[in-house]
Amino acid sequence: MTGRGQPGRLASGGLVDRSQTLGFRFDGNAMTGHPGDTLASALIANGVVLAGRSFKYHRPRGILTAGSEEPNALVELRTGPRREPNTKATTIELFDGLEARSQNRWPSLGFDVMSVASLLSPVFAAGFYYKTFMWPAGFWERVYEPLIRRAAGLGRASGQPDPDSYETAFAFCDVLVIGAGPTGLMAALTAARAGARVILCDEDFVFGGRLLAEQFTLDGISGADWAVSITAELAQNPGVTLMRRTTVFGAYDHGAFGALERVGDHLPVPAPHTPRQRLWRIVAKRTILAAGAIERHIVFGGNDRPGIMMASAVRACINRFAAAPARRLGVFANNDDGWKTVADCLRAGIAVEAVVDPRPVISETLRTLAAQAGARLFTGATVLDAFGTANGLQAVDIRTSSARIETVSVDGLALSGGWNPSIALTCHLGGRPVWRDDLAAFVAGGTPAGMAIAGAATGAFDLRSCLADGARSGAEAAEAAGFTARAVETPTATEETLGLMPLWSVPGARTKAFVDFQNDVTVKDIEIAEREGFRSVEHLKRYTTLGMATDQGKTANLNGLAIMAALTGRAIPETGTTTFRPPYTPVAIGAFAGHHRGKQFRPTRLTPSHDWAAEQGAPFVETGQWLRAQWFPKPGEADWLASVNREVRAVRSAVGVCDVSTLGKIDIQGVDAGALLDRVYINSFSTLPVGKVRYGAMLREDGIVMDDGTAARLADDHYVMSTTTVNAAKVMQHLEFCHQVLWPELDVQMVSVTEQWAQFSVAGPRARDTLRKLIDPATDISDAALPYMGVTGIVACGGISGRLFRISFSGELAYELAVPARYGDGVIRALVAAGAEYGIVPYGTEALGVMRIEKGHPAGNEINGTATASDLGLGRLMSRKKDFIGRIMAERPGLTDPGRPGLAGFMPVDQAVRLRAGAHFIGLGAPAAARNDEGYMTSVAFSPSLGHWIGLGLIRNGPARHGQRVRAYDPVRGGDIEVEICSPVFVDPEGARLRV
Amino acid sequence: MRIPCPYCGERDAQEFAYLGDATLTRPDPAAPDAARAFYDYVYLRDNPAGPHGELWYHMAGCHGWLVVTRDTRTHVIQSVAEVGAR
Repeated sequence: MTGRGQPGRLASGGLVDRSQTLGFRFDGNAMTGHPGDTLASALIANGVVLAGRSFKYHRPRGILTAGSEEPNALVELRTGPRREPNTKATTIELFDGLEARSQNRWPSLGFDVMSVASLLSPVFAAGFYYKTFMWPAGFWERVYEPLIRRAAGLGRASGQPDPDSYETAFAFCDVLVIGAGPTGLMAALTAARAGARVILCDEDFVFGGRLLAEQFTLDGISGADWAVSITAELAQNPGVTLMRRTTVFGAYDHGAFGALERVGDHLPVPAPHTPRQRLWRIVAKRTILAAGAIERHIVFGGNDRPGIMMASAVRACINRFAAAPARRLGVFANNDDGWKTVADCLRAGIAVEAVVDPRPVISETLRTLAAQAGARLFTGATVLDAFGTANGLQAVDIRTSSARIETVSVDGLALSGGWNPSIALTCHLGGRPVWRDDLAAFVAGGTPAGMAIAGAATGAFDLRSCLADGARSGAEAAEAAGFTARAVETPTATEETLGLMPLWSVPGARTKAFVDFQNDVTVKDIEIAEREGFRSVEHLKRYTTLGMATDQGKTANLNGLAIMAALTGRAIPETGTTTFRPPYTPVAIGAFAGHHRGKQFRPTRLTPSHDWAAEQGAPFVETGQWLRAQWFPKPGEADWLASVNREVRAVRSAVGVCDVSTLGKIDIQGVDAGALLDRVYINSFSTLPVGKVRYGAMLREDGIVMDDGTAARLADDHYVMSTTTVNAAKVMQHLEFCHQVLWPELDVQMVSVTEQWAQFSVAGPRARDTLRKLIDPATDISDAALPYMGVTGIVACGGISGRLFRISFSGELAYELAVPARYGDGVIRALVAAGAEYGIVPYGTEALGVMRIEKGHPAGNEINGTATASDLGLGRLMSRKKDFIGRIMAERPGLTDPGRPGLAGFMPVDQAVRLRAGAHFIGLGAPAAARNDEGYMTSVAFSPSLGHWIGLGLIRNGPARHGQRVRAYDPVRGGDIEVEICSPVFVDPEGARLRV
Repeated sequence: MRIPCPYCGERDAQEFAYLGDATLTRPDPAAPDAARAFYDYVYLRDNPAGPHGELWYHMAGCHGWLVVTRDTRTHVIQSVAEVGAR
């Protein structure tokens, strides 16, 4: 073993690139590795045995596996805002400059104060949450929970915004192959040669699976070289997409799969303009699950000691990473596959001190191998206990076939209890695994439609079967997807035997024997669960937390189930099954969110006058997806309220202009357009004359107000409807429902034209004078020719065809000028220039809101999903001559009760006092209690027209109580003031200013 | 989930908005028992285990209202038709 500072690196072999050296730090110590290493293999090459501390007892833990099933070696990766807790050292691809820290230790990994928790283990045994922390109840929040939170828990989140980006994408294929081991490579090759579009995914950064980790020979070349040649052929095929570092984590309905591609996780920071991770939805006609199998452990005393590894992981270290996990290894295996470790150690020059096999009889080949390795052979024997320190394993106690205890000094132990097929993806849509006695394992009980399983994932663990199965399933999938597959010759390969004798747990251990490493569940915990009656697998899981950690018990569940089965004298399938839910391995929330984050959470829509408003220095507010100018500050104005007051005064005394393009606009045409509107609105629109506009409200079928707005009749068979900004899409969907589902016989068509029009409200006594300067003189816009609630086509600015609506939200003489959206920027500039001589001001949503409150128009705060038309003072609009959506249900007694909260205006009795929206109304002298609640303040504004605050609210029997006084009680903000109920129309109640 | 829209082809379920039972018919508002009939229409729903006709709106597509017959136990979609084709 040589290497600059890599005492555990083998002198030759492996798939790491020794021509390059990568520097990294673990717990601040500088170390080196090579491209091709994982963090785990690099640590082993640097002689690091201790990787972290366990979750509950803070036991020293090493590296158990070489894959994504790793329960122990969880580290915090990177620093600063990129710090990521609970990453598996076995799946982290080493990069130059990598920084990782061990978790769950204080003050240091070698000496951990909290490991005394181990001494308190009776307190932390199964069900400890339920038992120990029950009394006194008040202690939970103040004492127990903070204590547990400090002691337990995994890594620390960075607490800072993630600086990287994530994205989501769709992919489509004929054949999706999950897993690029020997089975998956053969399957992909066969399907690809048949002409199918193939996607091949593997969570690893190199294709090959176990071919990389074993000493296989295929067609006379090494397994790793064979994988390279097949991968090269696939890469040449334009119909094949190779996705390395991509975990298919979930199976969903109709051939859809979720997959996480780690685009930049193997780099210090993602490459420019690339995401860190990409979440794929892959839609496949056929899918081949070639996910392989996961080696399972055998439970014995001290089996969590650093230095004890799965035999398959030991071989991956030696063969793939050229790293020696031990100098003097023991092997504990109940099957022939585990014995491969002996052969590989022999080849790599690692001493094998002992081979312990519980099978009484083994083949002569294995006996010879043990002899060649110079290992002591114990057949019919078990490892009973393992001993060591935080820095590694020192010895194991072996119970021999004659029940003697022999202690053998080792610094590593390779462990194999057999293999569990990786069938998680077959369970995501409700499939239940079934037990196979001949394999002593669960296999898939069925597959989702379109999915086939192949290779080790079916329980066919030997290489020859995997290659043949891969070729066959690839051909079948291609045929099923409509292609003609030709036979692909299966490579010749090494023969393998398994000869498994099931062994789940060694009885009689004198030290703690762990079943679930990540959640620190011991054999004793399962015994407690059994004694206390938590025998069903669902109870066992919840009572002991078995299998509930981030690894979902990939290495633990079956052992736990088998131990419970033995305790209760039942067979494993009688005891229960293990099942799996997505995701297969954890997926960051950021990957699901993709670009939908911060300002990109939803699209941002800009009004036609946005650039102009920005030039004026307007702040913007989000209304739905739109950004709207909130107000237009002038130099010297102290605050927003000063600007808003000025804007309102200008509209009421001269003229103002406001972009109202965001309101929904739906163009409705057809001979039955009026009939449709009659059924949708509570009031009548078929009677509306051409050239007129009418205000309307629409209900949901349950009788509650859905939206309000206006509709203009442009021709007998042509209306244009306006909706509120936020409900535009909802109303469109509702109209389509009414037309397509309820009344398909109506001859009517509709389309959303919201974005086709720039629309400006021009409001104030000088509105007509301003517009007169822009509108073609051929069009008469006098009060007589275009009275209040009229509409006409116009030509503006010397050639822009548009529409002019004489409608008013502000209560002043007002128009809405609509022009094609592309002219919006020009027209706002022209309007401001034209109105300059009259003192025109632009006004924003705040002034708009103030003026609508002054006029008592209900808006989103009042149309709150519980208010009826009558509640909002719109009851008189409800036609009695026709049916409309919501009419019948609005007649229910509860919705017509005069005692319901109804719309009213509110003024502070002391006019110097500010009103607050959200304050609740309580009778004067009544205690401030929920039973005395009479309603609440929905909207408030400072009225520059009146010189004090005004409000709208919904109060019990409101319209009949004008002149009465109540409390406006606002405990959250410490408000409790007296207000007078009044008409909701504060300004120009007769509407005289509208009609000038 | 994937829904084969008769106009747009097979699309991801996220393009669609779900409404519910497609077998309901808006009651006759002039009928003497209209109040009771509307109450049932607005609020009462069966919860069948098996094939179920449902209304889906292709919001991010053709704006068509579709009747999707879906097995509530398996999510298998047996048929999709534009609502007018009933």
